[in-house]
Amino acid sequence: MSHMLKAISFLLFGFLFFCSSWAVDDAQPFADLSLQSRYETLTHQLRCLVCQNETIADSGASLASDLRRELREQLAAGKSDDEVVKFMTDRYGAFVLYKPPFEPRTWLLWLGPVLLLLLGVVVAVRVIRKRSLMAIDILDDSDEDRKQSDQA
Amino acid sequence: MSVELGHFALILAFTLALVQAFFGLVGSYARQEHWMAAARSAVMGQFVFTLFSFGCLTDAFLRNDFSVLYVANNSNTELPVFYRFAAVWGAHEGSLLLWLLILTVWSFAVSVFNRSMTPFFTAKVLGILGLISAGFSLFIITTSNPFERLLPAALQGADLNPLLQDPALVAHPPMLYTGYVGLAVPFACAVAALLEGKLDAAWARWVRPWATVSWLFLTLGISLGSFWAYYELGWGGWWFWDPVENASFMPWLMCTALIHSLAVTEKRGLFKSWTVLLAIFGFSLSLLGTFLVRSGVLVSVHAFASDPSRGLFILAFLTICIGGALTLYGWRAQHLKSGAGFAVISRESFLLFNNVLLVVAAGLILLGTLYPLFVDALNLGKISVGPPYFSVVFLIPMLPLVLLLAIGMHAGWKQAKFNSLKRSLLIALVVAVIFAALLTLVVFKRFSLLCFIGLIAGGWVLLSSLIEPISRLRAGYSLSAGIVAMSLAHFGVGVFMLGVTTVSTYTIEKDTSLSDGQSADIAGYTFTLLNTESVSGPNYEAVQATVKVTQNGEEVTVLYPQKRIYRVRTSPMTEAGIDAHWQRDLFVALGDDLGNGVWSVRIQYKPLVRFIWLGTLIMALGGLIGVMDRRYRSKMVAKQTISQPIQVGP
Amino acid sequence: MMWKFLLPAGVFAILVGFFFVGLSRDPSQVPSPLIGKVAPTYSLPRVEDTTQKVSSSDFAGKQHMVNVWATWCVECRKEHSVLLEIAKKNVVPIVGLDWKDELTSAQIWLAQLGNPYLATAFDEKGRVAIDFGVYGAPETFLIDAEGKVRYKHIGSLTMDVWEHEFLPRIDGRIK
Repeated sequence: MSHMLKAISFLLFGFLFFCSSWAVDDAQPFADLSLQSRYETLTHQLRCLVCQNETIADSGASLASDLRRELREQLAAGKSDDEVVKFMTDRYGAFVLYKPPFEPRTWLLWLGPVLLLLLGVVVAVRVIRKRSLMAIDILDDSDEDRKQSDQA
Repeated sequence: MSVELGHFALILAFTLALVQAFFGLVGSYARQEHWMAAARSAVMGQFVFTLFSFGCLTDAFLRNDFSVLYVANNSNTELPVFYRFAAVWGAHEGSLLLWLLILTVWSFAVSVFNRSMTPFFTAKVLGILGLISAGFSLFIITTSNPFERLLPAALQGADLNPLLQDPALVAHPPMLYTGYVGLAVPFACAVAALLEGKLDAAWARWVRPWATVSWLFLTLGISLGSFWAYYELGWGGWWFWDPVENASFMPWLMCTALIHSLAVTEKRGLFKSWTVLLAIFGFSLSLLGTFLVRSGVLVSVHAFASDPSRGLFILAFLTICIGGALTLYGWRAQHLKSGAGFAVISRESFLLFNNVLLVVAAGLILLGTLYPLFVDALNLGKISVGPPYFSVVFLIPMLPLVLLLAIGMHAGWKQAKFNSLKRSLLIALVVAVIFAALLTLVVFKRFSLLCFIGLIAGGWVLLSSLIEPISRLRAGYSLSAGIVAMSLAHFGVGVFMLGVTTVSTYTIEKDTSLSDGQSADIAGYTFTLLNTESVSGPNYEAVQATVKVTQNGEEVTVLYPQKRIYRVRTSPMTEAGIDAHWQRDLFVALGDDLGNGVWSVRIQYKPLVRFIWLGTLIMALGGLIGVMDRRYRSKMVAKQTISQPIQVGP
Repeated sequence: MMWKFLLPAGVFAILVGFFFVGLSRDPSQVPSPLIGKVAPTYSLPRVEDTTQKVSSSDFAGKQHMVNVWATWCVECRKEHSVLLEIAKKNVVPIVGLDWKDELTSAQIWLAQLGNPYLATAFDEKGRVAIDFGVYGAPETFLIDAEGKVRYKHIGSLTMDVWEHEFLPRIDGRIK
């Protein structure tokens, strides 16, 4: 059997394992280009559970190739992207999604960067406003000025 | 025998680290010259003994001493001698020893190049570095001893992980660790400044080169890792947003922010408490990375064998180090006063935004990397956060950063007047827009808004960084090292941006299966598989394909991708065949043998991919020139007298 | 005034708390979303005799275990003796799911090592395993009388796991 299947037993031993192999997707591409691009996008967003830091597009694990085959069949059968993704999460959980959906437990994840940026900008603007009110030519520390503007 | 000596030397190094910490810190407070001198000697001793210890381990590898567990696990008689050196840091225990060795080198450097600082300050810095190295050597001795014996000895070793048997990966860890560990120096300086309650321009001027050298090594180390991933992992990607990569990228972002913030602190005596905080964050993130990679709390490709006791030790160490520094910061930072003002439009403002955006970038990477852990710890299930998240979210701070950079690098201190520059900047922008339009519409014939903006930003920064050197040369002035350094580093950012944007939008990739004589086409190139043959290396067997690439019937190159099976670990490795050219790479990787002489093959056309590493190399070069600046050296010699005891804040 | 500067330390303290909890978790173990849901249905050839079929409907209304194994899986060999021992206790029947295997090696395996299974389904293509959300062998499911998945164990079964995780979840004793 494939080398990657051996990886599973390695994982279960709790050993360090590098998933060093990778996959060439040897399936015939879809004739329909839009179907092919949906297929590629989807496989690049789903995480392989065997080699847990690879997408199922790139993983050489045999499970990944099974899942690619499954995905192709479903897309060919006319399933929508959402249906395919639901098929995966129903079986393997949200863990397979490299791009977590926007839901209550990921609110902070998705909004966090924007909040961080806002926070940063507010702080920066406040500092700049405070400093711009000070006399620009004074180079040395002047505690009085500072205290006044702090209270302002 | 030498193995036991190495172990013994390591324990001695640990005790010397304690000596260094004690005499450095207590000596500085007690104002005892002799004590502080003892701390300096301890630094030297620690360096010598750690080096000796490291040498003993290397020796065990060279002699194939499989009675040492670590050697037996990571080497083999067939392993080429060159890689036996690399095997010393090829796994957890040895890489920590390298970490420690590098820390002692940095400490030694601090004990030598410190003439511009007071001996009391230097002693404090050495004391803090001593505490860090005591923690690390204790960690090695108690949980990760590379000198552990294996009795009876193994007859043969388990070989070095084949992934690491590559020249780039030989150099990658030492580079990266030099950067990581180097951040300990600004960290120690920040803590020492907090302890003294005093931070002045001399402090900033002295810390800057240390930060810049760390940054330089981090840049090179990360680029090397990314370059290696590109040609070795076989799928042609160069960045995966894996936790380990993120763990190296966060300190880099922090260090970049620190370098810029130090400039403001040096020139204007501003942002003092912020600079101190960044110095603390930088090293904290490199320690945090060590924890994340070695404790097994996150799933990662490159994870080291994890062990809960190790995780617990690092966590405790982390808590003491970072927690201590941040608490001290909370207590003393308010005494670091900065008094000067500046106009809304000024270099200070731009640099403040630069800092905010870089810290936001590091913050969101931290958030994404740790989020699965948060969710799991709160029993909300398991989720994954991967490239689709990071590559979108990372743009939030990065696009404004690059656009501000194009203008900001020309802003003057205190109050910036762009009148004379408006025209040059505008011309640069127009050229960048035309260039971006040409590239997207004419060369690649596929328009993508994001790519268009990315190209404009990259092109603008690149051109904008040339404005100052050109106008100075024209006016007959010579260029100072500082200006060359800054212009080069920013030019590198532009080159990097162009590469990343183009390659991520216009890469063409095709997975196909070929037998001898068959060919596949992408981007106007025809890849023909001529034959496959077996070749064997010193410790591996390989199948090598000969792939001829032609364009319009003319031969472009012949590539030899390999699929290797290393004899001991039997893991398959891909050696991609790459034809590198400044404007594009042609990439062939061999997949699986499908039987009957048919091979699955991945071929890729990657436009401007070289710009990525060319860009980082130019950035690093900028850093190098920045460190060479005479300003630092002359100032270092200038002030040699011991100043009076410094007033510690209330 | 001072609280502002203590903010980083506060954030860091929270992080340390999370790390501490994180140390006791295994991030690579992915819990099954099938727990509490109706187990997938299947109908596959039987390893012992491929002219027969093994179907989920055969076990309708009965508690049983489904054990995913394969001859290429090193851990499965270790686990096998445990399965034999569990089978001997006659508490719940074990249904085997031979995953992506070669038929003859599987038959030899059962003949040589003993057969703890009531029946073994031959999932050559791994299609049923996908429905079960299998990502590594061995994995073992406990399915209750209503056909719902009650528990999933990832990795090798041990008597310890059997006694502490499976037995308490089994309703009464059947047979």
